[in-house]
Amino acid sequence: MTASQVRTSRVADEVGASNTLWRDAGRRLLRHRLAMFGIGVLTIVCAMAAFGPAITPYDPNGMDFANRFAGPSLSHWMGTDDFGRDTFSRIILGARVSLQVGLVAVSVATILGTGLGLLAGYGRRFTDEVIMRGMDVLYSIPALLLAIAIVAALGKGINNAMIAIGLAYIPIFARIARAAVLGIRNEEFIIAARALGAGDMRILLWHVLPNVLSPIIVEITLSLAFAILAEAALSFFGLGTQPPDPSWGRMLAEGRDFFRQSGWMGFFPGLAILFTVMGFNFLGDGLRDALDPKLRR
Amino acid sequence: MNYQYIVQRLLSALVVVLGVTVVVFMIVQIVPGDPARVMLGPYANDEAVQGLRDRLGLNRPVIEQYLSWLGALAQGDFGQSLLNGQAVAPQLWGRIGPSFELALVSLLVGLAIAFPVGIISALKPGSGIDIAATIFSQIGVSIPSFWMGIMLVIIFSLNLSLLPPSGYTPITEDPGDWFAHIALPAFTAGFVSASIMTRFIRSAMLDVLSANYVQTARAKGLGERSVVLRHALRNAMINIVTIIGLQINALFSGVVIVEVVFSWPGLGRLALNAVLERDYPLLQGTVLIVAVMFTMVNLLVDLLYFVLDPRIEYA
Repeated sequence: MTASQVRTSRVADEVGASNTLWRDAGRRLLRHRLAMFGIGVLTIVCAMAAFGPAITPYDPNGMDFANRFAGPSLSHWMGTDDFGRDTFSRIILGARVSLQVGLVAVSVATILGTGLGLLAGYGRRFTDEVIMRGMDVLYSIPALLLAIAIVAALGKGINNAMIAIGLAYIPIFARIARAAVLGIRNEEFIIAARALGAGDMRILLWHVLPNVLSPIIVEITLSLAFAILAEAALSFFGLGTQPPDPSWGRMLAEGRDFFRQSGWMGFFPGLAILFTVMGFNFLGDGLRDALDPKLRR
Repeated sequence: MNYQYIVQRLLSALVVVLGVTVVVFMIVQIVPGDPARVMLGPYANDEAVQGLRDRLGLNRPVIEQYLSWLGALAQGDFGQSLLNGQAVAPQLWGRIGPSFELALVSLLVGLAIAFPVGIISALKPGSGIDIAATIFSQIGVSIPSFWMGIMLVIIFSLNLSLLPPSGYTPITEDPGDWFAHIALPAFTAGFVSASIMTRFIRSAMLDVLSANYVQTARAKGLGERSVVLRHALRNAMINIVTIIGLQINALFSGVVIVEVVFSWPGLGRLALNAVLERDYPLLQGTVLIVAVMFTMVNLLVDLLYFVLDPRIEYA
């Protein structure tokens, strides 16, 4: 066998082993009942977000003053609000806002946080100290308060809310990524890669990152849940989504003013947040069990 | 006790607080455009904007602004509120008490729920009570606290008329009324914390319950209560305290929301009012005080390790 054939065979073995690892994890995930429930809920929420305007029974922003504060009925499943707008239609469209904010905010946190965590864990002690003390500083401000302060500086609105939530969660990803890197940085395959002449960036991206992905994937799922809650809170405070666009948190805030006469205005958006966040939490727990069965409790 | 570690830990807390001052100072610096114009609103005249710029020193170099702001902070001067022109510091001091009370009582509520539920479900894994605890903790982690707060007000204040829907009475004035007012907000913030802590207490207890020393304690013929409380729980405490420490960040975030829902006169509500009124000096002061409180609590949790586990030595 030539040297190149040996190399090809090793690569094939590695790819095969990695495929089996992920396939096993996938199989374990499919057997996880709560994770399946989470996936079911999230599929519905994603469908609502994807097909939103096409499947709403009414125009979500269409006012109907003759039907203000109408209770749940066959024509309006979740009643109407103070402008006569259909709550169910607005909840469907609100799914888009929640998912969009969750995805963008968590992407910001994942990319920046994981990048900083990898650098801190793999870099020299000075780099590690500087980055992690910076993360300690950010972490010492409660996440929601930090998000509120950032929105205060950048201005109200959905885009700034996404950035603010993302920035507030950077320290969590940095800590997880750093801890994972510290666990493997002296493993033989890293030393071997270095001995073969691989540069730091190549080692980080090709050897370290794939091996610390499991905890990061789990954290992404759980952070999506937190991000949706944070967006709802910011919109509830009037700092996130601005009227007339529907967002679950905003709808809840609007419902609060009328909960004596029409409790459903706030009840259904809260239920939508609860189920979506629960879906992400179940999926996150399922992924953790599937990717690292040793951690199962 | 390792005094060198305590000094080291105090110094690192000081560095964090100094870092927080930089972040808090930057709140005004990253405002897009002219911060003075943003603070006064679009209809303010040019003289007023220029006056505020001079008062806040916004024309000076950033480093100079920071150092002079930090110098004033060191003397307890947090600046003046833009909204009412009063000094920020006295407004903050008046809010620390109610916020601290709410955070403390919420934590106690959380612990009072999490300990028994976590321990019982660890003792009977897979049982009905364990499944119920899992469902409870999943709901607690996922529930928006402001929604839960509103639902509790509808049930306990509007329908049953048992508790007041909002407001605050100092404990020194009327302890009974104080309790009636704090019950719903503390339960709302505490419930969310309880659900997270329950999971970790269960997990920590499961770890120690299978340890050799616990089996030895059982083999010696000790009663189950003694095995659980004196041998297992004591050893699980070190992990549990770590989790409680981590929980405090979430708890403080939860308290911000709960304060707004229940009109609780704490720092969270003050911060939100400051944001809505674009009162940046007030917002900066509030964020700084909360971060300092949080850093101090974390420091206390770290030092608590020595008390809980005398074997711990820090190099």
